[in-house]
Amino acid sequence: MQRHFDQDLAHLKQQLLRMGGLVESQIQQALRALVDRDSDLAVDVIKQDHDVNALDVEIDELCIQLLALQQPTARDLRFVTTGMKISSELERMGDLADNIAQRALELNGEPQLKPYIDIPRMANWTMRMVKECLDAFVNSDPVLARKVCADDDFVDDVNEQLFRELLSFMLEDTRTITRAIRLTFVAKSLERIADHATNIAELVVYMVEGKNIRHVAPSASY
Amino acid sequence: MDVQPGKMVATVPMVTVRPPTGQSRLARPQAGLASSVSAKISVRDLDFYYGPRQSLFHVGLTIRSHSVTAFIGPSGCGKSTLLRCLNRMNDLVEGARHTGRVELDGLDIYDPSINVTDLRKRVGMVFQKSNPFPKSIYDNVAYGPRLHGTKDKRSLDELVQHSLQGAGLWDEVKDRLQQSALGLSGGQQQRLCIARALAVRPEVILMDEPCSALDPIATGKIEELIYTLKNTYTVAIVTHNMQQAARVSDQCGFFLMGELVEFGDTRTIFTAPRDKRTEDYITGRFG
Repeated sequence: MQRHFDQDLAHLKQQLLRMGGLVESQIQQALRALVDRDSDLAVDVIKQDHDVNALDVEIDELCIQLLALQQPTARDLRFVTTGMKISSELERMGDLADNIAQRALELNGEPQLKPYIDIPRMANWTMRMVKECLDAFVNSDPVLARKVCADDDFVDDVNEQLFRELLSFMLEDTRTITRAIRLTFVAKSLERIADHATNIAELVVYMVEGKNIRHVAPSASY
Repeated sequence: MDVQPGKMVATVPMVTVRPPTGQSRLARPQAGLASSVSAKISVRDLDFYYGPRQSLFHVGLTIRSHSVTAFIGPSGCGKSTLLRCLNRMNDLVEGARHTGRVELDGLDIYDPSINVTDLRKRVGMVFQKSNPFPKSIYDNVAYGPRLHGTKDKRSLDELVQHSLQGAGLWDEVKDRLQQSALGLSGGQQQRLCIARALAVRPEVILMDEPCSALDPIATGKIEELIYTLKNTYTVAIVTHNMQQAARVSDQCGFFLMGELVEFGDTRTIFTAPRDKRTEDYITGRFG
């Protein structure tokens, strides 16, 4: 039976994907602003945050309306409640992209501390996780979602490695401290973005299977 | 009917602990607490026929004591038939027959030694359309106890008050007990019928679409009542209103063409049902 409600759900999905697309390009541009030392692009990224925030509010309202008016159950209920949470996760990712852009603006005003190698590597990995968690959401694919969860460890490792490397710069030459700290902030933001992608992936597993894998030891959950 | 009986659904997991009175049923049961619930009614491999037509196929389920169990499903799915098997109301239908067992506290209610009147005293029923007798409010409630031999005026007074209080109607009618029951509103009449069922001190109350003729306010009152009734009684309810089943019941069974497709915890049925047919029905994709 074709339901009017299905059109509302399709609209919700579309808005979430729009938001996901915006956040993806925000992250990508923030990184380019840093690596290419393009401060105009950094300013663009900061401006875009407003659109992401507006979509977050819009999606929230849409979900509340659907809950109040349609009283969804089962997979519809899981889709709507998951949609609300995914929107919050994406909004936080947008804020982190904004943070990276602000650090890029500061770093671009000073000589480059070192060639950027690990940060782009970490960023590529993180952006792939973001893309894949959204793909898993669109295609209701719990297998891909679980892969995203497993991929998070790599980002954590690179972040830790970068931190040690930058610490050695700071110990060697105190004049590098400001720039090195800013770079650790960038790495930390990427690491947090990957965490939010993992959260979305976990939500997708719940949405599809009705099974909660959050806050469970990895060996027991995946 | 050319329906193939499907696979029977597993029995209820008996591990869920009923939250103490007054606690939200959404509250998590404390881990490690010993199970305090027991089976009040057990249906085992029940097949039911109206003449040549089979209406129930291999139904098996357990209704837990002091809980609300809801039966949902589209019209003609067998949910009312099952409810009426639980106090042998179907005995009154010509050509009705069954195989399998229905047990109340472990005793087969279809055993020849069972007195059907006694059974229906223990397992009371409330119907879709309120059906008060054309008598006073008092006499409606006192009817059952009088029939069962209570003559003493004071005992009857107490019983009538207690039953009307149990049905949440006392405050509205205490000053006009001698007036005709037919002067009550639809919702009040339905609560009067519940009071009448309570007056014979049943253990189980069966409700067949008790709110379908009522407005939302009266429906809300009955639902609140059902929620409190389970402290004292065991309740089984048939409803077309899925949100009602979700609101009032602890366990829920979904029926389709005489088959019990899924039976389990209401929280699970409405958030993550196991069977696709259940999912399609409760999300409105079915039909």
